Amino acid sequence: MTDAVLSTPAGASGVGAALRGVAGAVVPVLVVVAAIVALWYVACVPMNIKEALTQAERAGAVINPPSAIERRDASAIGLVVRNPSHASATLNQERPRLPAPHQVGAELWKTTGGMVLRGRAFSKRSLIYHAWVTLSATVFGFVIGTVAGVGLAVGIVHSRVMNMAVMPWAIASQTIPILAIAPMIIVVLNSVGVTGLLPKALISAYLSFFPVTVGMVKGLRSPDSMQLDLLRTYSASRSETFWKLRLPASMPYFFTSMKIGMAAALVGAIVGEMPTGAVAGLGARLLAGSYYGQTVQIWAALFAAALLAAVLVGAIGAVQRATLRRMGMAQ
Amino acid sequence: MIGTSMPTERTAPGAGVAEADQPVIEARKLDLTFQTNDGPVQALRDVNLTINKGDFVSFIGPSGCGKTTFLRVVAALEQPTGGEITVNGMTPDEARRSRAYGYVFQAAGLYPWRTIAKNIKLPLEIMGYSKTSQEEHVARVLKLVDLEGFGGKFPWQLSGGMQQRASIARALAFDAEILLMDEPFGALDEIVRDHLNEQLLELWARTEKTIGFVTHSIPEAVYLSTKIVVMSPRPGRITDVIESTLPRERPLEIRDTPEFLAIAHRVREGLRAGHAYDE
Amino acid sequence: MSNIFGWSIAFLIAASALNIAMANGEGRDQALTRFVVPALFGASLLVVWEGITRGLGVPGVILPAPSAIWETFQANTETLWKDFVQTFVKGALRGYVIGAMAAFLVALLVDRSDFLRRGLLPVGNFMAALPIVGIAPILVMWFGFDWQSKAAVVVVMVFFPILVNTVEGLRATDRMQRDLMTTYAANYWQSLLKLRLPAAMPFVFNGLKISTTLALIGAIVAEFFGSPIQGMGFRISTEVGRLALDMVWAEILVAAIAGSAFYGFVALVESIVTFWHPSQRRRR
Repeated sequence: MTDAVLSTPAGASGVGAALRGVAGAVVPVLVVVAAIVALWYVACVPMNIKEALTQAERAGAVINPPSAIERRDASAIGLVVRNPSHASATLNQERPRLPAPHQVGAELWKTTGGMVLRGRAFSKRSLIYHAWVTLSATVFGFVIGTVAGVGLAVGIVHSRVMNMAVMPWAIASQTIPILAIAPMIIVVLNSVGVTGLLPKALISAYLSFFPVTVGMVKGLRSPDSMQLDLLRTYSASRSETFWKLRLPASMPYFFTSMKIGMAAALVGAIVGEMPTGAVAGLGARLLAGSYYGQTVQIWAALFAAALLAAVLVGAIGAVQRATLRRMGMAQ
Repeated sequence: MIGTSMPTERTAPGAGVAEADQPVIEARKLDLTFQTNDGPVQALRDVNLTINKGDFVSFIGPSGCGKTTFLRVVAALEQPTGGEITVNGMTPDEARRSRAYGYVFQAAGLYPWRTIAKNIKLPLEIMGYSKTSQEEHVARVLKLVDLEGFGGKFPWQLSGGMQQRASIARALAFDAEILLMDEPFGALDEIVRDHLNEQLLELWARTEKTIGFVTHSIPEAVYLSTKIVVMSPRPGRITDVIESTLPRERPLEIRDTPEFLAIAHRVREGLRAGHAYDE
Repeated sequence: MSNIFGWSIAFLIAASALNIAMANGEGRDQALTRFVVPALFGASLLVVWEGITRGLGVPGVILPAPSAIWETFQANTETLWKDFVQTFVKGALRGYVIGAMAAFLVALLVDRSDFLRRGLLPVGNFMAALPIVGIAPILVMWFGFDWQSKAAVVVVMVFFPILVNTVEGLRATDRMQRDLMTTYAANYWQSLLKLRLPAAMPFVFNGLKISTTLALIGAIVAEFFGSPIQGMGFRISTEVGRLALDMVWAEILVAAIAGSAFYGFVALVESIVTFWHPSQRRRR
C-alpha cells in the first residue's frame, strides 16, 4: 500500500537470511539462559555459606568469626566476604539449601540416563519411572477433559439453553482455585476403593476441562456473520455449517486451549500425587525430597516436571503448526 | 503542455511575492536505499525539489514510487543514504527537534483513552505549553476544523471523517509552519473527501502554511495543489513537476473547467510515462 | 427416603423445562433472564446433589450434602475467617502485589533493550507454562512455615504471566503512533507515559486477571508442605486426613468466593482503567 512498507523486512528468502533469522531468535535466548545459570551459581555461595563454614570448622579450619552463634546472626554475604576461601565448598554440599546447577544436572543424569545404562530404567529410583507415572495420569486425564470439554462446547454453541445456563458457570469456574479439591478427590476415591492412576487422572481431567470448553466455544463462534450468511444462502444444514465452517475455524483456538489444558493437567497430576503419601510420580518425589531434606532430589524432580511440561506442550505446538499449515491457516 | 508555458499565478491576498519564493524545503540529489531480505531497494533516486513558503505541493504516483518515503525523510522519520536535504535551512532532524512541522498520517491515530480535546493537547503537553495556552490552542484549532462542541467526545464516538479532522487539528495545534500529510483522506469515502478537501484549502488560505500532501488521486492532487510532483517506482524518482495555473480561490466546480482537465491530463500522462519502465 | 431423591430429580426436570422455555421465549435477551437461567441451573444442581446425598444415604465421608456444608460453614465462620486471613490476605494478596510490581518493573527494563526482550520473552513464556507450584517445598524450606513462604510461592507464580503480558503490551503500539511521538520529538518518558503505558493496560490487566487464580492456588498448595496451624490449605489437608469433608467443602466454598471476588475486583478496576478499549465500550 505505502512506500513505507519497503523498509520492513519482506518475507525471508534465501538460506543466509533464514540462518540469520534463526540465530537472531536463538542467541538472545541462550544469553539469557546463560545469565540465569551464572546468577544461580552466584546465589549458591551466600545461600550455602553457613553450612559450608560449619562443616569446614568441624574439619579443623579457622573460621571468621569463630563462634557458631555469631555466624547464625551474621549476614550471608558478609560471611562470604570474610571467608572467601570457603566459597567453593558451597557448590558441592550433600544437602545444600540451594544446589548448584551441576549438582542438579548430575542428579538428573544419575536418575535417568545412568539408570538406563544400568538397564534399570523403570526401577523405583529412576526419574524415568516417576515421570512415566505422572505422564500417564496427565495424558489420560487430559484426553478425558479435552473430549468432554469439546463435547460441552459443541452443545453450548448449538443449544441456546445450554449457552445461557452453563456458559456463565464455565467462565466463573476459571476464577476459582479448583485445584484445592485435589487432596479430597484422592482420599475419597481411595476410600471407595479407586486407587492408582484414575483419581489423579480425574483431577487432570477437570483442570483441563474448563479451559478447553471456554476456548472451544470461542473458536466455534469465531466465524463472522458474513461467513455464516454465505452458508445460509446455500441453505446449509447445522451439521454442514459445523463441519465445513465452525470446526475448521475453531482449530487455532482448539490448539491454544489444549496447550493451556495440558499445562493445567500436569499441575493437577503432580498436586494429586502430593497429599496422600503416594510413592510414585514426580509429585511424590517432590514430597519425599521435602520430608527428608533432599534438596538435590527436589530440584531434579522439578526439572523433570519442567521438561515433561515442555515436551507435552511442545508436542501440541508441533501438531498445531503442522495442522494449521496444512489447513493454510499458519501465519 | 499548458502547465509549464504559464507562470504560476498567485492571487492569495496575504502572500507577498518576495516571501513566496523563500525556499522552505530543499532536496539535492537525494538517495535512499532500503536493505531488505530481498536485497537493496532504491526507494528514492536523485530527487531534486524545492518547496517554497506557502506552497501546496502534492506528491502523486503508484505504490512504491517513494512519495511517502520522501515525506518521511522531510520529517526525519527516515534517513537518506545520499544527497542532502534542508528544512528551514536546517537538517530534517534539527527541524524535527525545533518542532517545525505537523504530520498527518493515513489513519487518524487518535488515542482512544483521550477525549478529542485531550488528543489535540497531546503535542502541546509534550512541548511544554502552559495550561492556559493549551486551552486557547485547542479551542482555536477545533474551530478551524469545524469541530467545536466535540472536544469532550472520545474518538470512537465520532465518524471517520471527524476523526481525521481532529487529527489535522492535532497537527495544527502547535503552530508549525509546515504541514506534512500522508494520504490523510485515503480511507474516507468520496463525498466526505470532497468536503474535507474544500475545508483544507480554506484552512490553507487562512493559515498560509506550507503543505506537503501525498495522494493516490489525480483530481485531489490537481484540485488542491499549487505544485504537483509526479513520481514513478523502481527506483522511486520524480518524473515531472507541474506548476498549477488554477487560481488560489477554488470552488469544487473548478473541477469541470477545461483548465483543470488539462492539468489532470498532464498528470495522467506523467504517470503513464513512469509506468512505461515497468515489466 | 428415596422420596427426596425422586423430588430432586423432578425439580431438575421442571427447572430444565422452565429454562428451555425461557431461553427460547421472547424475553431471552433481557438482563433478568440472562441472570435467572444460570442461577436456576445452579440451584437445580444443588438440589440434585442434596437429593442424591440425603435420598440415597451417601455417607458424609464421601460426599456431604450441601445443607450439611452450609451448616458447617455457619458454625465455623471464625475458623474460616482466620484461615482466610492467613492464606488470602497474608499469603496470596501480599505475594500478588509484590509479584505484580516486580514483573511490571522488570517488564519496563526488558522493554528498553530489544536483545533482552527477545531473550527473556521465550523464557518467560516457557516458565509460564511450567508447573511452578512444584517449587513450593523449596520455598517453604527457605522462608519457613508462616505466610512469607506462601507469599514467595505466589510471587514466582504470578511473576511470569504478568511479565510476558506487560512486555507484549508495551510493544502493542503500532508504528504510526510511535512515529507521531517522533514527530513531536518526545523523549522516552513522555512516549512511555502518554502512549505506551496506556496502550499496554489491556494486556497488563489480562496478566493480572490470570494471576488472581494462580495466587490463590499457590498460597493454598504451598500450605500442603507445611504451615502454622491455620490457613485454607492447612485446613483442607488436615480435615481431609480426618475425613471431615463438610469442613473441607466449607473451605472450598471460601476459596471459591475469595477467588471470584478477587477476579471480579481486578476486572472492575480494568473496566475503569481501560474504558476506551473496544471490549469495554458497550458498558458505557
